[in-house]
Amino acid sequence: MGWFKRLKDGIQTKTKFKKEAPDGLWHQCRECNNTNTVKEVTENFYKCPKCNHHIRIGSHDYFDLIFDGKYETMFENLVSKDFLKFTDLKRYEDRLLSVKEKTDASDAITVASGKVNKKTLVIAAMDFSFIGGSMGSVVGERIVRAIDHCIKEMTPFMIISKSGGARMMESAFSLMQMAKTSVKLAELSRAKVPYFSFMTDPTTGGVTASFAMLGDINFSEPKALIGFAGPRVIKETIKRDLPDGFQRAEFLMDHGFLDFIVDREELKSKIDDILTIFERPAAK
Amino acid sequence: MVFLEFEKPLENLYEQLDKIKQIEGEGDIDVKDKVAELEKKIVAKKKEIYSNLSGWQKVQLSRHPERPYTLHYINGICKKFVELHGDRKFKDDKAIVGGIGKINGSSIVIIGHQKGVNTKMRQYRNFGMANPEGYRKALRLMKLAERFNYPVVCLIDTPGAYPGIEAEERGQAEAIARNLFEMAQLSVPILCYVIGEGASGGALGIGVGDRVYMLENTWYSVISPESCSSILWRSWDHKEEAAEALKLTADHMKEFGLIDGIIKEPLGGAHSDPDKMIKMLKAHIKKELVELQELTPKQLINNRLKKYNAMGEYDTVVA
Ligand SMILES: [Zn+2]
Repeated sequence: MGWFKRLKDGIQTKTKFKKEAPDGLWHQCRECNNTNTVKEVTENFYKCPKCNHHIRIGSHDYFDLIFDGKYETMFENLVSKDFLKFTDLKRYEDRLLSVKEKTDASDAITVASGKVNKKTLVIAAMDFSFIGGSMGSVVGERIVRAIDHCIKEMTPFMIISKSGGARMMESAFSLMQMAKTSVKLAELSRAKVPYFSFMTDPTTGGVTASFAMLGDINFSEPKALIGFAGPRVIKETIKRDLPDGFQRAEFLMDHGFLDFIVDREELKSKIDDILTIFERPAAK
Repeated sequence: MVFLEFEKPLENLYEQLDKIKQIEGEGDIDVKDKVAELEKKIVAKKKEIYSNLSGWQKVQLSRHPERPYTLHYINGICKKFVELHGDRKFKDDKAIVGGIGKINGSSIVIIGHQKGVNTKMRQYRNFGMANPEGYRKALRLMKLAERFNYPVVCLIDTPGAYPGIEAEERGQAEAIARNLFEMAQLSVPILCYVIGEGASGGALGIGVGDRVYMLENTWYSVISPESCSSILWRSWDHKEEAAEALKLTADHMKEFGLIDGIIKEPLGGAHSDPDKMIKMLKAHIKKELVELQELTPKQLINNRLKKYNAMGEYDTVVA
């Protein structure tokens, strides 16, 4: 459990990145309403010690949980712009400025390369704190470049999805990121580089309907909301209540769209298992 | 005839024309000059109205109840057409139709969203909103095309993929994603046309192609203006503003490099002269297929990869 100790150290010694994980002294669980200390929650893999609710965390929290210590972020120089001069109640340009003040994530996805028990893995992880984890041009481009890197290095690729879907403020450009990422994943597939799609709460809309559902292995965290249409839209359309557990990870698994569900505590060892099996035998 | 709000000035002129023609029918007075004058007026009015449409007006035109739908086009374009049904997994989706046909002496697979022409048929077609089995039927037909080296033509006209309980159970997201992935590497030419509404993933699910075109009065967007208004403005009342903000017209899409071109519609829109519209689309398809059939499967797939790779607008900064 050496990495676990390091994780604690990582939390105590403030890193460059503000985490999305709980801050302060106390944390109240939104599922069971019990209060625990942040220390208890953190030591419990950001899960509620009482009901095992998986608290929403950010890209760097996942990197800390999965990688052996150090990791290197990539393509941070690509940033969103308000190409369409999109204005609703707020200008998109202003939304971008204010979100950058609130979160340290440079966009809704962060790519990092690191080692998982000494095996190389590239992870692109989404941040819900960045405009709802919405997919715009930067998300698409970072995924594409990450895939180029993985093809060149023959490194397995993983995406951790956490998104409300496409970024409306980029209109058709955001829509086309669905095509762009899927077309690129087809190239990765032809190169026979494994791609793992890890879905976390929530994964909906254009993200689910493109790269999230295209893993060689699809898996998720317990109870994560995963779907195409949002529950509210479906409810309004069919005008009746939705069944319990609808669009939750267990429902998706039961209907054949997930290979397995993994508790955050087991996440690293599960990824390690997969990487070990997919590892190509060393050349003789 | 159905007239949209901004077409009302035309309604008046058409009424006058009808009346005069009635008089002509009675045979007493020579009304030829009057008819010619009115017809000229109608053309002038149409030019005035249609040369200056807002985004929202184009959205309305794309939904015009008299607009030709996929099966109109298919029957007009193909000399022979055999509709094929079912995804071979679950059922036959009525909101996506497709089959094999002949155009210009060569065989093609043609697929499209299908809307209904009256209340009963609209329900039967689920308003052009497909379930997963629709996308899976489309993919099945594309795979058939690939085996026999037939090009694929897709006609897009949907307000979105259906948001329902069963659609989610059967994997709406997976069905669309799978199509994007498979269309990326289909070894035969794929030619896509937005003929009406191009709403979101439901449109894109049959929309990845070597060439993508939009008819003049159609739209293509990540979300409908109504839904966009309800989410971003938190009210349904801002659809006009949303339509402008989304920049969803064919002109915008061409300017952004997200489509390859625009197919002109007859003056007054596709619904004012469906036969002419169908002929124009047929001529376009014929020309495009000749060009695309020159390319090898490898070229097609590489070009497709390059085409979609290039889509996106972002800044590069010093990190
Ligand atoms: Zn709890």
